[in-house]
Amino acid sequence: MFKAEVKIMLRPAILDVQGKTVENSLHSLGYTGVGHVRIGKHITLEIDAPGLEEANRIAREVSERVLSNPIMEDFEVTVSAMEPEEAR
Amino acid sequence: MKIGVVVFPGSNCDHDAYYALKHEIGVDTTFLFHKEHDLQGIDAVVLPGGFSYGDYLRCGAIARFSPLMNEVVRFAQSGGPVVGICNGFQILCEAGLLPGALLRNRDLRFLSKHIYIRTVNNRTIFTGDLTDGAVLRIPIAHGEGNYYADPEVLHELHNEGRIVFQYCDADGNVTEEANPNGSQFNIAGIVNGKGNVLGMMPHPERACSPLLGSTDGLGIFRSIVRSLEIVAA
Repeated sequence: MFKAEVKIMLRPAILDVQGKTVENSLHSLGYTGVGHVRIGKHITLEIDAPGLEEANRIAREVSERVLSNPIMEDFEVTVSAMEPEEAR
Repeated sequence: MKIGVVVFPGSNCDHDAYYALKHEIGVDTTFLFHKEHDLQGIDAVVLPGGFSYGDYLRCGAIARFSPLMNEVVRFAQSGGPVVGICNGFQILCEAGLLPGALLRNRDLRFLSKHIYIRTVNNRTIFTGDLTDGAVLRIPIAHGEGNYYADPEVLHELHNEGRIVFQYCDADGNVTEEANPNGSQFNIAGIVNGKGNVLGMMPHPERACSPLLGSTDGLGIFRSIVRSLEIVAA
């Protein structure tokens, strides 16, 4: 079994209104040195695959096809083998 | 002639669209359930508004993979008329039948109010019954209606006359103040390259009777029916 972590963020060209709102609230709390707040998604998957390469391929495929929308989002995928005690 | 209204789990304007078509326009209308694999010989499809699959992941992202949507995509690709309203527009973008995406509203708020849209192109099968430049008073109800596309796509939409509706003021002026959600080019509705798929954020089915405060949405449904009658004749 493999474990995949997918990080999905709005593309840099797109204004992240949610991040901007949080940033404004941080500024009003006095954290004036904090900036460029951007909010994304973190999705974890378990993948049953014969090897790391195949697990990687599946993780990338589902990230591109379903988990993200390439028009507005970028994604990063990290895949690793699960330790036996991690597997359920 | 028969028009199908798709029902996803979480659709909430399906009955409104059914009512507008069946009882205000008077066309034979049927519901199509998302799990079905057959469009039952309908002549046009409406993807109604709502929150299909709870808007989980992204608006329209899950609905797009439902069994019936495969049929809708095939139907659209073979030239069948498809209208996506609000969540239906989001689904059409996710399915790749329309370009671009609908982002969170500029001011983050969910907007539910009457606004004005200008008919920028009345030479489509969805707007043939409207006069060129017609201003419609029509409701919006969305949190993610901020139309976004790459600059090349926007120019293509503009140059090919595929921007069908733009947010405007009561006099039909397309201004930044009249843009409720931050959409690029004030886009409220677009069609695909072939002109047989329309996506729009405002709700024509909620503007179909004097009781609802406006009948300005009727012209869109009437246009579709008229174009189907021409095809059938």
